[in-house]
Amino acid sequence: MKPIEKMEKTREGAIGQTTGGKQDVRMRIAVGMATCGIAAGAKQVMDAFNEELKRRNINDVKTVLVGCRGACRLEPLVEITGENGEMVTYVNMTPEKVARVVAEHVVNGRICIDYTVGTEVE
Amino acid sequence: MQIYRSHVLICNDSTCAQLDSGKIMEEFGAQLKKNKLENEVKVLTAGCPGMCEQGPVVVVYPEGTVYTMVKPENVKEIVEEHLLKRKIVKRLLHKDMMEEGDTPAKALDDTKYFKKQLRIALRNCGIINPEDINEYIEHDGYKALEKVLTGMTPLEVIDTVKKSGLRGRGGGGFPTGLKWEFAYKSQDDEKYVCCNADEGDPGAFMDRSILEGDPHSIIEAMTIAGYAIGSKQGFIYVRAEYPIAVKRLDIAIQQAKEHGFLGENVLNTGFSFDIELRLGAGAFVCGEETALMTSIEGKRGEPRPRPPFPAVKGLWQKPTLLNNVETYANIPVIILKGPEWFASIGTEKSKGTKVFAIGGKINNTGLIEIPMGTTLREVIFDIGGGIPNGKKFKAAQTGGPSGGCIPASHMDTPIEYDTLVQLGSMMGSGGLIVMDEDTCMVDIAKFFLEFTVDESCGKCPPCRIGTKRMLEILEKITSGKGTEEDIEKLEILANNIKLSALCGLGQTAPNPVLSTLRYFRDEYEAHVKEKKCPAGVCKSMIHYVINEALCKSCGICARNCPVNCISGQRGEPYVIAQEKCIKCGTCMVKCPFKAIFKNV
Repeated sequence: MKPIEKMEKTREGAIGQTTGGKQDVRMRIAVGMATCGIAAGAKQVMDAFNEELKRRNINDVKTVLVGCRGACRLEPLVEITGENGEMVTYVNMTPEKVARVVAEHVVNGRICIDYTVGTEVE
Repeated sequence: MQIYRSHVLICNDSTCAQLDSGKIMEEFGAQLKKNKLENEVKVLTAGCPGMCEQGPVVVVYPEGTVYTMVKPENVKEIVEEHLLKRKIVKRLLHKDMMEEGDTPAKALDDTKYFKKQLRIALRNCGIINPEDINEYIEHDGYKALEKVLTGMTPLEVIDTVKKSGLRGRGGGGFPTGLKWEFAYKSQDDEKYVCCNADEGDPGAFMDRSILEGDPHSIIEAMTIAGYAIGSKQGFIYVRAEYPIAVKRLDIAIQQAKEHGFLGENVLNTGFSFDIELRLGAGAFVCGEETALMTSIEGKRGEPRPRPPFPAVKGLWQKPTLLNNVETYANIPVIILKGPEWFASIGTEKSKGTKVFAIGGKINNTGLIEIPMGTTLREVIFDIGGGIPNGKKFKAAQTGGPSGGCIPASHMDTPIEYDTLVQLGSMMGSGGLIVMDEDTCMVDIAKFFLEFTVDESCGKCPPCRIGTKRMLEILEKITSGKGTEEDIEKLEILANNIKLSALCGLGQTAPNPVLSTLRYFRDEYEAHVKEKKCPAGVCKSMIHYVINEALCKSCGICARNCPVNCISGQRGEPYVIAQEKCIKCGTCMVKCPFKAIFKNV
């Protein structure tokens, strides 16, 4: 296959990777893991998400690491994108907060409004 | 009858009572007392206003503000913000009372911090997984490379970059397209494409952020540049202090090769291009283009005179194109969306956007990307959320150790390359440090000069010796031993270094001093004439005193003093022994009666 054709295929196949629109992925959890995020404890948050999802046997939710969104003071920063593309930003995350986010947001679709960015930024 | 200015009504219905309305009531009492508002605000219980699903409900009159789902820990905020400062706590408001746009932002994109931004260079940062090439491809990654290799001649690419008006984002602001054209026109059997990722300015971290969040965009742009100027080999010179950036670049280069975007015969078009990483050991001077290339060659990182310029004789005496990370990050978008689109953003002479790392005395620190021409006021107050603790804005420092200060009087100047130079500062790589009224400008100038003295490579005397002498004069001034003559000497020396130093580092090193002298000469004069530091920063010119009338001789200050220079007895005011005091200010912070003052 020519590289350009291959790229077109990749592009087609890649659609939905980041939006969670792929059939087997209904939700995407992006954890900010640039230097700022890691320094603030993003690795522990990422581990906590993976553990919690595994414990609950949730297979259609994908966790990914992403770079810095520029709001380093709010790290660890987690952005959850649902099937409809709507994005929710959780800030100053901790492994303790993860359990509730998984239980309420991921499982029951209720946003944990008190953890979201709105309460931190005017 | 006592007249209250405000009434707080707390629902005491059974549903709300279950939800801690009792505790909320108590907490209001305590907080009002703490803020001495108990005679101005009356707290009452009230019947159910019929919003039980949103309880506990608190209503504040005369405004009639309805707060819902109030928790005991929110009370402090309502008292301090609403009742004391008369600022409604919007996020606790009942939904119907919120104006449009007032809803607590669920996503970062909805916040004020983000709404005024325009993200081009940072378009994928924090959005895609930097370690997965598929995610970059999904976000139009490598589409620009495909477009260039399959349908554009090198001259067309260069023309596109020229038309876009893109200028170097590393600080100087040289037109990027022109640079590409020079490198294209230089005839030689070998040419090189370099990326300057040796980000050394204190406080700037946009290059790191791009490399960590979107490394493929740099690889794609460098490959496009390689095609445009006729080069087969690229180098990314990145700081070894950025291990995550290095790791992700390594992964990205590997993935790009596997997918045929890099290496031999890119996308089967016959064009070959490879990229290697070079790690810098952390010398600031290696961010200067000629020193950077000397370092890539494996030699000690020292600058060399220009001309010849890198586009003519660069790496190993071959024509070399050198651009900054942020400059490259703009390239794929310009190719895809067209130069006209890019040129429509920004001002007449500065097109597109610029990333700034805002820090210092500002509420929302972080990385922002704004269209050129945005004013400093918008950056600091709209995006940055203003100065903490209600302090006054004094100046903003741009361009790091090579730049200068912009005082409050020039806050409405649009941010672009040329206006900043006119103000005696420069765009620089994009560090923006905000200073409030508690900052001493002489001290700031001293800080940046300490940095350049440390980082001077020592090759040319004006920089090696001159900056050291300047620092000595500044140390003399800040320790209260300066004379008016010293200010003049400092100015002459600064101008001479500017004219005679070999490279950009030395030529711009005096800028922090010159710009603070230009806008804050009165502060320098106060230091030498009155031996006073108006901001109360320079330690030799301040002293702490205990106000006898306010001192309750509790002894807390004496117990906390790290050098035991405070003494006293019960019933008598305590005294600070000035000759022993190190001016740490601990006593002032610890005094429960606010009886200790800093005398300037």
